[in-house]
Amino acid sequence: MSDVEILAVTGLSKSFPGVKALNDVSLSLREGEVHALMGGNGAGKSTLIKCLTGFYSSDSGKVFLAGKDISSLKPDQIQTCGISTVHQEVNLIPTLSVAENIFLGRQPKIRGRIDWKTMNSKARAVLARLNLDIDVTQMLSSYSIAIQQMVAIARGVDMSARVLILDEPTSSLDLKEVEQLFSVMRRLTAEGTAIVFVTHFLDQVYAISNRISVLRNGHYIGTYEKADLPQNALISKMLGKTISDKTDSSTKKQSQDQDEKEVYLTASGIGKSGYIEPIDLKVHQGEVIGLAGLLGSGRSEIAKLLFGVVQPDTGRLYVQGTEQLFSSPRKAIQQGLAFCPEDRKKEGLIGELSVKENIILALQAKRGWYRALTGVQQEKIAKDFIKSLKIVTSDLNKPVKELSGGNQQKVVLARWLASAPSFLILDEPTRGVDIGAHQEIVRIIKGLSKQGLAIMVIASELEEVVDISDRVIVLKDRKQIKELSGDEISEANVLSSIAEGAL
Amino acid sequence: MNNKYIPLAATIFVFMALFGFGSAQFDSFFSMRVFTNLFTDNAFLAITAIGMTFVILSGGIDLSVGSMIACVGVATAVLIEHYQLHPLVVFPIILICATLFGSFMGFLIEKYDLPPFIVTLAGMFFLRGLSFVISIESIPITHSFYDSIADFYIPLPGNGSLTVSTLILLTVLAGAVYIAHYTRIGRNIYAVGGNEQSAALLGVPVGRTKLFVYSANSFLAALAGIVFTFYTFSGYSLAAMGLELDAIASVVIGGTLLSGGVGYVVGTIFGVLIQGVIQTIISFDGTLNSWWTKIFIGLLLFIFISLQRLISSGLLLKWWPSDKKPLVN
Ligand SMILES: Nc1ncnc2c1ncn2[C@@H]1O[C@H](COP(=O)(O)OP(=O)(O)OP(=O)(O)O)[C@@H](O)[C@H]1O
Ligand SMILES: [Mg+2]
Repeated sequence: MSDVEILAVTGLSKSFPGVKALNDVSLSLREGEVHALMGGNGAGKSTLIKCLTGFYSSDSGKVFLAGKDISSLKPDQIQTCGISTVHQEVNLIPTLSVAENIFLGRQPKIRGRIDWKTMNSKARAVLARLNLDIDVTQMLSSYSIAIQQMVAIARGVDMSARVLILDEPTSSLDLKEVEQLFSVMRRLTAEGTAIVFVTHFLDQVYAISNRISVLRNGHYIGTYEKADLPQNALISKMLGKTISDKTDSSTKKQSQDQDEKEVYLTASGIGKSGYIEPIDLKVHQGEVIGLAGLLGSGRSEIAKLLFGVVQPDTGRLYVQGTEQLFSSPRKAIQQGLAFCPEDRKKEGLIGELSVKENIILALQAKRGWYRALTGVQQEKIAKDFIKSLKIVTSDLNKPVKELSGGNQQKVVLARWLASAPSFLILDEPTRGVDIGAHQEIVRIIKGLSKQGLAIMVIASELEEVVDISDRVIVLKDRKQIKELSGDEISEANVLSSIAEGAL
Repeated sequence: MNNKYIPLAATIFVFMALFGFGSAQFDSFFSMRVFTNLFTDNAFLAITAIGMTFVILSGGIDLSVGSMIACVGVATAVLIEHYQLHPLVVFPIILICATLFGSFMGFLIEKYDLPPFIVTLAGMFFLRGLSFVISIESIPITHSFYDSIADFYIPLPGNGSLTVSTLILLTVLAGAVYIAHYTRIGRNIYAVGGNEQSAALLGVPVGRTKLFVYSANSFLAALAGIVFTFYTFSGYSLAAMGLELDAIASVVIGGTLLSGGVGYVVGTIFGVLIQGVIQTIISFDGTLNSWWTKIFIGLLLFIFISLQRLISSGLLLKWWPSDKKPLVN
């Protein structure tokens, strides 16, 4: 890292109807540094990024790249100036091939026309740098969210000349890919590229960044050397208050009394060839079951099988003792199941509808439309969840697409919590939410299970699975390999069973 | 085979099946003459359907093309007959005006974020009205240039012929395929149709792309209008009623998704040819009413839209088991 300033933002402000998203924000970026941009959900990180990449026009303030004023340039011009951005959530074109997504707008040409062959081979090379070997001619939408995120990163990395901006690039990735990304980031910074890195994983911040800037409620709080800012100080700067260390773990691990609890759902030998090997599973009322495993190990697949999104070809499923066959998610919902999917953008929210409407959607659907909730009831439910999950929104009736990424995630979660299910499946419930809300969500999940709800949690963060679950099922290569309960549950045990991979 | 080629393959298959059916039924059907006539008779529809393909690929729609063809016909006839201008002077004037009209619609759609359906619906009424204002009567074109166009063709073996209309169509087709697959603007059209917001975030100039699409479409519709006068030797304000729907049908039967982002120009040509073959079969038969064409087209549309639905829902099921879906390793 050198002391040469490459990018400077001064006095930037940006308002949306009802919110001042950015208020006199400054930022200075040096050549060859990784600069973490931190802040709670709705603090204005993504807005800042969209302002300095020309996607939003700011109300006031200036952006300089190597001394040149780029404040009024268009996004494509800024891109050609050498700033490349990977925006929060996958923002690629699902209907184009992987290779095209990487090279859109800068396709290699031969004699004036697009050279597909070179493009495809270059795309393979770019992905290989991230250790990804996939068919680049397939449509992007045929790949999982994690792979799509890697493709987005590959595009950003390949384009980056002087500044690379990564807005929560690691939200769908697991340890291995994150490590891969970090090694690429290190190589880029060694070549002098400056990197802006946004994430809610504090460990990652301390692992890779040189300096940290903090935003809170649209205000610039300050920039600090990593060494001068211990985690606790960072958290209190982000949230404006200190938070208690960890929720109490005394109430944890109640494997003993499990037998007394009623079985809610039993899956015996349920599976689908080529999709997931047959699994056996019992879920008790008042119990949190965790699914652990690496990416692609079959965690989400199990959830989709149970919820009727995908039909099993072997095995049986019993809900409270009676055999069930969910031919569609609707049937499952009627039986009291709820599933909060990981890809909220595609499967979760309806962007045009308001925060309130999105929250009450599942509850209303379950009650049937002829038993409509009154306006007052709707408002009360929505308000309760906005308060308990700390959803940052200027107004109940704001279209949900105008919320920040993490707050949208909280809305999806609120919807399923509000639907009062008897079995709740949560796929990555804390992805993209800030550390304050993270704890709140864990607390709510534990509270619900105490009330007798059966809950299944899928999370890439081992710490979270371990902390939250009464029982953990470990998966590998789409096979159930181990079940841990009670005191056996620890990160080390989960890791070693994945490593052993046998029964 | 790549999933995305299935609709295209299905379209080509349907065309060959229909052509085969005709050949089996009628003696002189299987000939170069019948085949090349398909192009000659449907060139104007094909040209405007190619433009429509780009519009639909970009996620939009254009309802004004039928009226554009009528208006261009009337205007051309008036300029040639009443103002005594040479057709080769008239054509560029018409094409330039039409392109400007298209860019204006594109401008409204892009700048004020208006729905293309409404803007082009207004364009449709405006152009049809304009044709009536210019002339209610049909105006015959008697210029000798038109006779020489009608007389010119490149003979092909087996009584086939490449007429001027066909040659224009083939040129447009080659240009369109090139733009769609070998230029950045072409790929940007696909990107905008695939996901407009993401395209913008990736640095695609969305506004310019849309402007291009609507200008190009109006240009092609006007060109189709000129080609149309080669058949009719006249301009008539009631011509090409509802032709925009035939064009849209051809595009959809050709395998382009109505929601945008996926499709092929070549598919559209086959979509047009399918309609042409059905018409030819009906005229060979001689007993069937020509409106049967519409019924067949209706059925085909239904089948193709169902097929697309199936395929795209298959794609949405990204968790579907398959060996082409690797794990990260
Ligand atoms: N297009 C928009 N219209 C209206 N309000 C918006 C819009 N985009 C963002 N906001 C508001 O601006 C504020 C900042 O949002 P931003 O997306 O920048 O937060 P963030 O720091 O990126 O949060 P997260 O960690 O959740 O991604 C939020 O209150 C949000 O509701
Ligand atoms: Mg954000």
